[in-house]
Amino acid sequence: MDEVRHVAQLARLELDDVELAAFQGELNALLGYFHDLQAHSLEGLANQPHLIDLFNVWAVDAPKSGFSPTASLRNAAVTKAGLFIAPTIIED
Amino acid sequence: MLTRLSAADLVSLVKKKSASVPEIVIAHIERTLTVDPQYRAFLSIDPDLALKRAEEVQRKIDLGEDLPLAGVPVAIKDNISAVGFPMTCGSRILKGYQPPYDATVVERIESMGAIIVGKANLDEFAMGTTCENSAFFPSRNPWDPARVPGGSSGGSAVAVSAEMVPVALGSDTGGSVRMPAALCGLVGFKPTYGRVSRYGLVAYGSSLDQIGPLTRSVEDASLIAAAISGHDPRDSTSRPDPPIEHSGLKSGSLAGLRIAVPRELTGDAVEPGILSLFQKSIQDFEKEGAHIESIDMPSLQFGVSTYYVIAPAEASSNLARFDGIRYGPQVKAPGHVGQTAMTRGQLFGHEVKLRIMVGTYVLSAGYYDDYYVNAQRHRANLVAEFEKVFQDFDFVLSPTSPSVAFPLGSDTHDSLALKLLDLCTIPANLGGFPSISLPCGLSDGLPVGLCLTGPVGTDEKLLKAAYAAEQTADFLGQRPPEI
Repeated sequence: MDEVRHVAQLARLELDDVELAAFQGELNALLGYFHDLQAHSLEGLANQPHLIDLFNVWAVDAPKSGFSPTASLRNAAVTKAGLFIAPTIIED
Repeated sequence: MLTRLSAADLVSLVKKKSASVPEIVIAHIERTLTVDPQYRAFLSIDPDLALKRAEEVQRKIDLGEDLPLAGVPVAIKDNISAVGFPMTCGSRILKGYQPPYDATVVERIESMGAIIVGKANLDEFAMGTTCENSAFFPSRNPWDPARVPGGSSGGSAVAVSAEMVPVALGSDTGGSVRMPAALCGLVGFKPTYGRVSRYGLVAYGSSLDQIGPLTRSVEDASLIAAAISGHDPRDSTSRPDPPIEHSGLKSGSLAGLRIAVPRELTGDAVEPGILSLFQKSIQDFEKEGAHIESIDMPSLQFGVSTYYVIAPAEASSNLARFDGIRYGPQVKAPGHVGQTAMTRGQLFGHEVKLRIMVGTYVLSAGYYDDYYVNAQRHRANLVAEFEKVFQDFDFVLSPTSPSVAFPLGSDTHDSLALKLLDLCTIPANLGGFPSISLPCGLSDGLPVGLCLTGPVGTDEKLLKAAYAAEQTADFLGQRPPEI
């Protein structure tokens, strides 16, 4: 249970004890299912993180229009003087 | 009746001036307003906006412009940005969000004269197989409203199947276009990874996601695929390929095609009614001159587990952006971390939170090599095995889903069982292969789909084969009993 709570903290998810217990069961079932992958280890084979051989996708160095401040801020819950307002990051 | 016509037929009517674009759009909106309360395909519709755009398209046609999709009403899955429509991704965390830009696919179809009618329901952030994970309501299968339409592009499938629109766009990360297409008796096409721009699609699993059409015929799937494909500099994974070629579609044939059927996808996990229709389809293919051969593909037994490590890992990173600061509602709590965690904990649904947790776990220190790196090796192994098979065969064929549409609510609490249903569709996403589901018959009155998958870049050849197969399948024109 402590491990599930730790993962929830890493994932920035505030969960109550009932939810944590439910996720514990589901995570166990899924991670148990994944054991197949470890049982058939393919040590030595290359990873496959990308599907296509595209490297350094360059953009032309030319100015183009972006979103206006109004459009960028329109969906934010709290704004002030043309800025997003976020809670304090460095706490006392 | 205009709402029964295909997109290709509607375009032709407009060209011949036998129907106007507003007339077509009004007919589809009226039908949507009448039947959608029963099937719940749409999260939002905007009749006024659709009609305004229909009038604009009609004016362009009257001035002599040639618009290849003029008069085609379209539903868009609600994880694709379209200005003028709210976008929720089926989640409470994006309630009220108004996208400030159009997805490339939206820009392309609108510039060709298509009219967006509304945004279709989905499993929250496209995570699900049934469309029951929408935060708002489940959509219902027009073949039996007590059953699921499949997911995650369930609303898109329902809108097309119930004839509210002739075509819809969905997104397919592990089968989310093909699965609902199969369960609703439609054609669902996932193009080669990178052939359709993902700009404006809310990312779930970035190495797997692909936008594709859901339609009532292969001809319409090809027409829409041609319209939305082609290189886009705004998507760094976009292939530098020309758009998919539509014009040669009907020149295809099954004669001489070599098709592999993996035993791993036709075993005990597949319902007997589906297997029996699948066997009949194989016989039909053979009558048309295709060579069909059963083969072993051992890597497929690890397909689902590989996918359910990689997709949640990518999702846990992609969904980190939903923090309640730049968009969406905010749940107040002390401190930055506290408020972010409270907002996400309260506004994400259960399945989304589960996948974020799985992804966070498999990427965390101490587990990364065991799970994520190992899954990437299995992915490489599966792709290599497919590429070897494609040296001897044109396509791989399987059922699309091991199960027909099941009753709403039946498996909601067995999340692993639901994930196993993706067995046949996942390999195409892991390999970036083009893959299409097309209906092959009814099992106890419910549609069954065939899934045909080809090598990377063979989208046109795949569509041609699917068109030829559709002519033999004897399903074209069949409609849900209550429609």
